[in-house]
Amino acid sequence: MEVFLQQLINGITLGSIYGLIAIGYTMVFGIIGMVNFAHGDVFMVSAFIALIAFLLLTTWLGITSIALALFIVLIVAMAFTSLVNWVIERVAYRPLRGSFRLAPLISAIGMSIFLSNFVQVAQGPRNKSIPPMIQGDFVLLNRNDYAVTLSMKQLIIWGVTAVLLAAFWYLVAKTQLGRAQRACEQDQKMAALVGVDVDRTISITFVIAAALAAVAGTMYLMYYGVVSFADGFVPGVKAFTAAVLGGIGSLPGAVVGGILIGLIETFWSAYFSIDYKDVAAFSVLAITLIFLPQGLFGRPDVEKV
Amino acid sequence: MAATERVDVVRAVRDAARAGVIGFALFLPLVGFLTAVNGRNELYLATRWPLLFSLVAAIVVARFVYAFTFARWLTQRTQRPVAAPSAARAWMRRWFVPFAIGFVVVYPAIILLTAGTGGALKWIDNFGIQILIYVMLGWGLNIVVGLAGLLDLGYVAFYAVGAYSYALLAKNFGFTFWILLPLAGILSSFWGVMLGFPVLRLRGDYLAIVTLAFGEIIRLIIINWVDLTNGYAGITGIPRPSFFGIPFNAEDNGFDAVFGLEFSPLHRTIFLYYVILALALLTAFVTVRLRRLPVGRAWEALREDEIACRSLGINTTNTKLTAFAMGAMFAGFAGSFFAARQGFISPESFTFLESATILSIVVLGGMGSQVGVAIAAIVMIGGTEIMRELDFLKQIFGPTFDPTQYRMLLFGLAMVLIMIWRPRGLISTREPSVFLRERKRISADLVKEGHG
Repeated sequence: MEVFLQQLINGITLGSIYGLIAIGYTMVFGIIGMVNFAHGDVFMVSAFIALIAFLLLTTWLGITSIALALFIVLIVAMAFTSLVNWVIERVAYRPLRGSFRLAPLISAIGMSIFLSNFVQVAQGPRNKSIPPMIQGDFVLLNRNDYAVTLSMKQLIIWGVTAVLLAAFWYLVAKTQLGRAQRACEQDQKMAALVGVDVDRTISITFVIAAALAAVAGTMYLMYYGVVSFADGFVPGVKAFTAAVLGGIGSLPGAVVGGILIGLIETFWSAYFSIDYKDVAAFSVLAITLIFLPQGLFGRPDVEKV
Repeated sequence: MAATERVDVVRAVRDAARAGVIGFALFLPLVGFLTAVNGRNELYLATRWPLLFSLVAAIVVARFVYAFTFARWLTQRTQRPVAAPSAARAWMRRWFVPFAIGFVVVYPAIILLTAGTGGALKWIDNFGIQILIYVMLGWGLNIVVGLAGLLDLGYVAFYAVGAYSYALLAKNFGFTFWILLPLAGILSSFWGVMLGFPVLRLRGDYLAIVTLAFGEIIRLIIINWVDLTNGYAGITGIPRPSFFGIPFNAEDNGFDAVFGLEFSPLHRTIFLYYVILALALLTAFVTVRLRRLPVGRAWEALREDEIACRSLGINTTNTKLTAFAMGAMFAGFAGSFFAARQGFISPESFTFLESATILSIVVLGGMGSQVGVAIAAIVMIGGTEIMRELDFLKQIFGPTFDPTQYRMLLFGLAMVLIMIWRPRGLISTREPSVFLRERKRISADLVKEGHG
């Protein structure tokens, strides 16, 4: 029971990070029907930007308040990562819009290889680790010498994820921008006819996706305290799994899928074997797609002649 | 005229300035700062302003030049009439394939003459054999992606199955290369069918993701099943292929002694070169023939329209499974060749990056075009291999400059640029397998890419 509770807490934390990345996949897929393979690497780039911002603030500017530093790091990472993704969309994906389906996919895979190798060349191949930013645990339950703890870091991740998801949901569901986005998702030509600037809307979608990935990247850095150039691929694939599990194109689906993947991974590691945790996550992906291709919250894909 | 030219300059300057500002912000964190480690193993920040500013300057200049060269070419490209192919081009088309095959057959001899026995090993092994492995993998995947229109992102799994089949069976049971080569192909095609079954109903990107997941699952199992595969450490001492029973070694019953030659490790390399060349040509030949058989026609029909296919009574299940099995079989051949050539395999060689590389070779070359796939393999693999040879750049950029670092960076960039330049691949025409009276080349735009 105690182990279960502890794993539940860990799983939700990990799942929140996956969920934030998954939203980026699901939004981009929803609006231009493309699997943005580079998104996992955008997440990794954002973790590096957060790392540099954090070092800049603490060692150069001497900011001692961790809360303030974390807040600034978050904003800086979101801003720069958004710029990165905006440029990627302009350079690598926009020229291929309306072209055949595999072209943007290959372009995205190329971008993914480029980004991870760029970071390797620019920042070196070693793991970058920082001392723990935030310490402190709350003991929730202490029984049979097993303490169920909720760390401050986990609490922050839950809080930041919840606040940003709420803000983001408001953006998509209630604002003009969100309406334009949903219109483009349904029918780009029609949206353009009624005065929606499709190119701008797609750009903004990439910017939002990157901003959320940057939040995930910052949280990842804070939680694990280490990042390397190769850290983009596996979280990226798992987040994509989460997006598919929740039903691609569905925003609540991405978050629920993310948390489910996080839970599956932590419970599998705790009760079965840690070596096969990724196999478990990928098997869930395969099984979901085979038996429930539209995911948990997705619309079924109608086959037309 | 002069007025528009001036406006152009103003605009180009403005665009270049904008690109500079964006480039500065873009590279400020990752190039402007370096996270380095000090003696106490702590991270600290170093700055690289000169590098950052030269990069930004390069962007500004490149954007300015772009406005006067490529931008014009791009706008003119859409207005230019399509020219009829000239006689020289038609002649080249007719003779390109026979000439290319002739060239690869005599390639080792050319290298031996030009580079001598000392330098030849590298050119035959790193370039010849390496590129031919990818040409073969590209042709194998071309059956699945280019002909049947099934997007497979886990193709490297079958390559791994072939390699591990050969390594394990040869080491544990002492079978030889020529017995295990077909066996590895059969085992791989079994896996192709096994992994193909569950994904029959999936289409498009979903299929891509599930095949990716299968590829990763197989790799993770290889890593974690240490008893069988020795995990990350890989399998060493895999028996090398023999010349139809005559081993390549310096002993009395070795290849060189039997044929009265002086012993040289080059002989085995040349032999391996011809083995992979034969395997690659076999793949191409089988594909060409299969396209004219009912099963090949069914693959292409499936790619064009699955529903129409089903309504005409084609068994789509069997059609898809044969495509997976065929593609997997050639990957199995290539895998067992790879294991025999290296003598050592580890899960490192079978990552997603390999699948992505093979798929990109197929798409960059032009899906369904065999010549295109071969050209793309030469450009992409040969290009990245040649980056290892650019030591003279050290004299320009200083001794710390290591060109091999930039191999994959440029590989990724090339993938993006080629796709933007030619979204339909390098070879933009396809040969129809069925025609009325006269065979005509058709534009790749008319060929569908399949849904599944």
